[in-house]
Amino acid sequence: MIRSGVARLILMRLAIAIPLLLIISFGIFSLVHLAPGDPVRALLGTRPSDPETLANLRERYHLNDPFIVQYGKWLGQVLQGDLGRSINGNRLVLSSIKERAGVTVYLCLVSTVIVLTAGILLGMLAAFKRGGRLDRFVVMFGVFGISSPAFVTGIFLLYVFGVVLGWFPTFGAGRGFLDRFWHLTLPSLALALSIMAIVVKITRASMIEVMDRDYVAFARARGMSAMRITLAYILRNALIPVVTAGGLIVIGFLANAIYVEVTFALPGLGSLIVDAVQKRDIPLIQGTTLVFALFVVIINLVVDVIYTLIDPRIRFGAVQS
Amino acid sequence: MSLHLDSAKPEGAPRATMSVAMVLAFVVVAIVVICAFFGASIAPDSPFTQRLDIGDVPPSAQFLAGTDLLGRDVLSRVIHGAWTALVGPVVVAAGAFSIATVLGLLSGYLGGMVDSVIMRWVDFMLALPTPLVAIVVVGVVGGGYWTAVFVLVILFTAPDTRIVRSAVLEQRPRPYIDAARALGISKTRILFIHILPNVLPIILAYVVLDFAFALVNLAGLSFLGLGVEPGTPDWGRLLFENRTILFTNPVALLLPAGSVILTAVSMNLIGDWLFARLTR
Repeated sequence: MIRSGVARLILMRLAIAIPLLLIISFGIFSLVHLAPGDPVRALLGTRPSDPETLANLRERYHLNDPFIVQYGKWLGQVLQGDLGRSINGNRLVLSSIKERAGVTVYLCLVSTVIVLTAGILLGMLAAFKRGGRLDRFVVMFGVFGISSPAFVTGIFLLYVFGVVLGWFPTFGAGRGFLDRFWHLTLPSLALALSIMAIVVKITRASMIEVMDRDYVAFARARGMSAMRITLAYILRNALIPVVTAGGLIVIGFLANAIYVEVTFALPGLGSLIVDAVQKRDIPLIQGTTLVFALFVVIINLVVDVIYTLIDPRIRFGAVQS
Repeated sequence: MSLHLDSAKPEGAPRATMSVAMVLAFVVVAIVVICAFFGASIAPDSPFTQRLDIGDVPPSAQFLAGTDLLGRDVLSRVIHGAWTALVGPVVVAAGAFSIATVLGLLSGYLGGMVDSVIMRWVDFMLALPTPLVAIVVVGVVGGGYWTAVFVLVILFTAPDTRIVRSAVLEQRPRPYIDAARALGISKTRILFIHILPNVLPIILAYVVLDFAFALVNLAGLSFLGLGVEPGTPDWGRLLFENRTILFTNPVALLLPAGSVILTAVSMNLIGDWLFARLTR
């Protein structure tokens, strides 16, 4: 019963995610026509504009067909894994993406670990010591964190740890596991700090709310250990809003990763997008943006499913409906 | 758009320290506003005068914040940068909330089809990563600063609509609405004369929070070399142009970076403060 409820929920989420992806892909495809001037010129880039190249481009991007047919053909190619070739360097967009994805994934994973451990811990401690010095510090940290974009935090980290102290390298992603870890410490920290504020804020607020509940007072009255109450009663319930904000957090990660990669000159997906945008390399922009959008939608889907799995009220609610 | 997620305020937090922070926040914003309007008379130098012979030098008595690669006075460029840091975010926050107020009022009060259509659109917009959309659209369409402002207005409208709508939904079951309807007052009049004044305080608090978020986003675009024209004294653009002189004159990066943070923090504090005061 429970399993079928969850399966139904996943199907329902998919029913939303797929049209969403279609709309996004349409928007991304339209970029060719959004660029000022003739789309062929936009696709031509800096190549010489002899009639033969122009004709080839029109053929390759189906520019002689009606708009909606162009989109259909483009989507067909994309679904077969063909994201086209970049204008600058004439490389397969898909292989550029594969080459760059590693750094971004690594960056996001390390930051996620920092955010989930340090962020939740800080939020908990602040809630326990409500009104105290630590709490005030955490609240101020939250305001600063939400106000400081990752590129600004990154510059301060670069200056303090890279220039003044000289502990960490100031650019590049490094080779090999250890070297990469050393190179990516500051970027991961910059990315984590920009997201952590949200997690700390939500954890703190929901911990404070849950701690005042009757079932916590009752558990205390029954003489349960403080540890057990905190972990099994307070934390488990307090973390639900954090998971709910998962979508917001994931989007925050990917979007801020762009700024962090540019700040620290890392060869990741984010800097690939910025590079493509600065050079107006339309196929590369389309490919990278599509991959980003796919990431966001898939991770949102996963977060939704996790959310239903940890909250029995929703799990059983899904069965009943 | 806002990340105002903190529903529980610390009850035990001493008021004195908070008000010191608030005073500082207002002082920072006042300085930014003064620099934006009177920057030309405050700045020690023109933000455009180049001294290629000296290049980038660290702070000295002549150049309090040093110079950039082209020998331009960094302090003057930061002071003049207050203009783009103020105008764009004001337009974004005011523009987005003007549209959002109309949509939110209609959606919250009329309900039904109008509500579903508007809310589906809001849900869709919220699924998009704002900075990425802004980067791609501004980069592809071109047009610089004002394109960026326009794109942000559109992107901010969706979450703002949701805020206005939920404020309207709170008003809808109140007796004064029933009374107004019983008197046969037109829907437009109920919406704009009766409901709007009651949701305006919440909107005002969020406009300030939107400003902070818009400032950060616009600075981010300039930092990527999009947004403002090359050479414009703009905090984000300064970070972009001075990236390479982190070792020779770090102040050229730290000063604009600090300006972005301080202004955004101050506006967030003021927004939170307004929110607590006006929605009590």
